Amino acid sequence: MVDKHLSTQFDAELSGISTRVLEMGGLVESQVVQAIASLTQFNGDLASTVLKVEEQVNAMEMEIDRDLSSIIARRQPTARDLRLLIAISKAIANLGRVGDEAARVARTVQRLMNSGVSSRLRLPMADLAFEADLATAQLRKALDAFARLDVERALEVLKQDDQIDKEFDGLMRKLITYMMEDPRTISSSIDMIFVAKAIERVGDHAKNLAEVIIYVVKGTDVRHNTPEAVETMVR
Amino acid sequence: MDAHVNSPAIVAPKVSVRDLNFYYGSFHALKHINLDIPEKKVTAFIGPSGCGKSTLLRCFNRMYALYPEQRAEGQIMLDGENILQSKLDVSLIRAKVGMVFQKPTPFPMSIYDNIAFGVKLFETLPRVEMDERVEWALKKAALWTEVKDKLNQSGASLSGGQQQRLCIARGIAIKPEVLLLDEPCSALDPISTGKIEELIHELKSDYTVLIVTHNMQQAARCSDFTAYMYLGDLIEFGPTSDLFMKPKKKDTEDYITGRFG
Repeated sequence: MVDKHLSTQFDAELSGISTRVLEMGGLVESQVVQAIASLTQFNGDLASTVLKVEEQVNAMEMEIDRDLSSIIARRQPTARDLRLLIAISKAIANLGRVGDEAARVARTVQRLMNSGVSSRLRLPMADLAFEADLATAQLRKALDAFARLDVERALEVLKQDDQIDKEFDGLMRKLITYMMEDPRTISSSIDMIFVAKAIERVGDHAKNLAEVIIYVVKGTDVRHNTPEAVETMVR
Repeated sequence: MDAHVNSPAIVAPKVSVRDLNFYYGSFHALKHINLDIPEKKVTAFIGPSGCGKSTLLRCFNRMYALYPEQRAEGQIMLDGENILQSKLDVSLIRAKVGMVFQKPTPFPMSIYDNIAFGVKLFETLPRVEMDERVEWALKKAALWTEVKDKLNQSGASLSGGQQQRLCIARGIAIKPEVLLLDEPCSALDPISTGKIEELIHELKSDYTVLIVTHNMQQAARCSDFTAYMYLGDLIEFGPTSDLFMKPKKKDTEDYITGRFG
């Protein structure tokens, strides 16, 4: 935020809380990357790390929430400041859910390994990894847009969300084919459907984050619109 | 400033200000103000000290006319009549447009007479009707239960918050159409402030209320429309919720978010 408040303390509080949102974002982004790595590498240690970080993420979400209430109570923010704080409240809820999705993937990996499923089992790992790359790139871009309050970048995130959706649909078809060809893969394929769905949700949360960035900067609620409609709304 | 810029869709304005300029001697205090004030709503005026908000308020009942070096040019239409040009007696305008000041100003007389005094200037009421009017005004001002047993005591014996409500009761006793409140709560504690804000909310069902306040949160809490003024210009005017959530002008945003200066 370029302009300064009369109260430097208020500025410090706002930039402090924004920084912690970005820290939380960085943490959940690495959680997603590690969760997918734990799956593609069948690595139980990585899966445990993801679940450990999850506790940290949850604690952070609650702490930021507490500070938000305190700032609202003491500063009675208005206009852009108020929009920023509302946006932060929504952003951390979304980031928290991203962490949950990563933890879901990690727990699936642990369960697969405990049930003795072989890593040689035919599963579309490369496709899952690709979908996850798309989702984490979206998340990174949304966080980047948040850091700079960059509407253009937020718009890019909105426009690219359907790539992940298409990838998810493709994966689904592939997994169904696997299950029909070889019934022994049914159980693990169902697990992979949930993993693919979790990754797709990460992309949705990145999109929600992008929407609140537009709300902060433009003051316009752009939810439930096509990316094209959003573009005309903010230009 | 273009009249249309500062006129949110107000179907029937109670007061219309057109190209109003105000001078303290050679000092140009209000510059080309255009504004439509909606009927039976609360309109708040905010802005830094010296922005002209109190000056504007004082135009609505020609309070400035007490001082020969002060003059207003332009139009303030109240029910279709330009009160600046009007041949109307100033006291008749003030009977239509009541005012309450920053500091409570009870007259040095009993609580009862504080209310009755203004009424007697305009109406000759039998004693019973006067009693009713006093009770009505004190009830409207949410003061009745606190003073009904001591109406003959001096108005000055009341607390600051009660005195201010007494002044509001006095203002509404003559049944004005517009009520001007010039920082009515700045000398009051939060509880009295809360009572007056509650009262403002009640009053708008019968009156068009204009309030000048330094307390932006107060404007946000109790007004329907807000006007932001700066250095004699009307910068932005619109529904309060819009102005505090998404102001159209950066100057307004800077002021209400505390980035001013």
